[in-house]
Amino acid sequence: MSHATPTQNPIYGVMAEFDNRFDLLTAAKTAYSAGYRAMDAYAPFPVHGLAEAIGKTDNIVQRMVLAAGLTGCIGGFGLMYWITNIVYPLNVAGKPNFSWPVYVPITFECTVLAAALTAAIGMLAVNGLPRPHHPLFSVPQFERATQDRFFLCIESADPKFNLAEARSFLEQFHPMGVTEVENTELEK
Amino acid sequence: MGLLTNSPNVKETDRILGEGETYTSITSHISDIVLKNKTPLEWFMIAGPAALLAGGILVAMLNLLFRGIGVWGPNVPVGWGFDIINFVWLIGIGHAGTLISAILLLMRQDWRNSINRFAEAMTIFAVMCAGLYPLFHTGRPWLAYWMLPLPNTMGIWPQPRSPLIMDVFAVSTYATVSIVFWYIGLVPDMATFRDRAKSKIAKSIYGALCLGWRGSAEHWDRYETAYLLLAGLSTPLVVSVHSIVSYDFSLGIIPGWHTTVFPPYFVAGAVFAGFAMVLTLAIPIRRIYHLEHLITMRHIENMCKVMLTTGLIVGYGYALELFMGWYSANQFEKFVMFNTRMQGPYAWSYWALIFCNILAPQILWAKSMRRNMLVVWIVSNIVSVGMWLERWVIIVVSLHRDFVPASWGFYMPTRYDWMFYIGTLGFFFMMMMLFIRGLPMIAIAEIKVLADPAPGKLTPEGAHGD
Repeated sequence: MSHATPTQNPIYGVMAEFDNRFDLLTAAKTAYSAGYRAMDAYAPFPVHGLAEAIGKTDNIVQRMVLAAGLTGCIGGFGLMYWITNIVYPLNVAGKPNFSWPVYVPITFECTVLAAALTAAIGMLAVNGLPRPHHPLFSVPQFERATQDRFFLCIESADPKFNLAEARSFLEQFHPMGVTEVENTELEK
Repeated sequence: MGLLTNSPNVKETDRILGEGETYTSITSHISDIVLKNKTPLEWFMIAGPAALLAGGILVAMLNLLFRGIGVWGPNVPVGWGFDIINFVWLIGIGHAGTLISAILLLMRQDWRNSINRFAEAMTIFAVMCAGLYPLFHTGRPWLAYWMLPLPNTMGIWPQPRSPLIMDVFAVSTYATVSIVFWYIGLVPDMATFRDRAKSKIAKSIYGALCLGWRGSAEHWDRYETAYLLLAGLSTPLVVSVHSIVSYDFSLGIIPGWHTTVFPPYFVAGAVFAGFAMVLTLAIPIRRIYHLEHLITMRHIENMCKVMLTTGLIVGYGYALELFMGWYSANQFEKFVMFNTRMQGPYAWSYWALIFCNILAPQILWAKSMRRNMLVVWIVSNIVSVGMWLERWVIIVVSLHRDFVPASWGFYMPTRYDWMFYIGTLGFFFMMMMLFIRGLPMIAIAEIKVLADPAPGKLTPEGAHGD
């Protein structure tokens, strides 16, 4: 679930920049316990515990993959059954038409195919990707979120959001900088 | 694991990341290869000839399409030749990529992080090349979709009891899942490229390819789940694919094929051949691009050890084949094992196989040899040849002595067989070179997980580098 663009606020949020993952983690945990909910953290690699710290974990990908895998499994087996028993029964070496052990390889492949495609496409879809535009991309320093810097952005969509408060809240962690992020998607 | 991989306190032999590497240095080392540095002369020296050779496939393909598959060598009784040998060999090479990226990930072997991207690319190109062989062996590749279960006016359907149809499902699933796994791994790194690219065109291309990735914690969380699930799915997949490839033989009644040892021994052989190919490619590239601090001596040594282990499993497979030939008390089995293979017109291939796959890798028991790049490179090339010979021995040598001496035959590849084979090798190396030129050949984000933050920022929690 991608973030809905905050309503009509000209400010998307306030963002602090850190040079290591520990400061980011501390800031994220503190922000969550201070009551902020609409926020997100950005890192160049997966930081364990970060999503938990801002209360943004779910198991939707796991559930989708399980469902897809089961569908692929039943679908693959069903297809083999349908071909060899209903639509095109063929006597091969006197074996019974319903010789289920030989269905196993193809059933397995169908399971993996459905589950893997769902893991990839489903993960991107629930993350709201592809999304080539985002207000954060207007911040020049944000380029380094994919390189060597760590960011925490408190969004204006948060009911508790107050520009000055959020800014001073973030400044207490001695970040490398605090930036106001303009809401570039306001007109739409 | 959890080593302080880039700190000065790590023993040189344990190091999987050069001393003092930081997030910044990792990012610039890997992305500058593509975005900034001049393409090294060696790149052109490999890519140019490879592209020329790849042109050979076009000639070979057109020739085959116009004149039919008679331009290839297979004929009764040797109905399978270069086409299936190379198909099985290339699929096997591809398996190392999946093994490195999926199985080693699940086993938390974090040294894999520097070589997985590269090995995955190798998988994809090897499978692309492999797929060409059965496709063109049909003689009418435009009808290949008949192998899929599609409704048609003739009312006929593919026969799922045939391992050849299982193969269609296995290989196409394998190709798809490998590409998806590779692409998902590339997404965050292409975002890094987008943010570092100077030219507008490069920025837009990488920007489009990375799908607008911005490194959000919520995204990373789901990303890691998906990545782990893909690894978990690929692990049994890779085993199933080569098992199914081995069913192509073991479900038949040809002496030398009809044996239960085939699935595990094919899978081990695939990993053996694949690691050999990774080393063949990684050693020169590591040197050309000065990546010694990212692909360290420990990587090379670990890969040598995997090669040695799987080589021994393959050796066990050969021994068991001979034993079963004798123990089965079947005259045809015995004949193929002790007469057809060890003697006769193809004896050279069997003994060359024993040398390449069993004897040559034993030199890797010595640590000094595993650390000698030239020796490792030569051994891995010998292993590649050996694994190719293994498929030759299984396919051609088993087929050429039919049950009745009157129907014995002989097979030698024609010039179009060779042209197709060399052409696919050219295509494979050309694609590898293009990949190195245009995409991050080492997984940037995954390497950063191994790096510790700037000195002085360490906390006990950070020492695990997880």
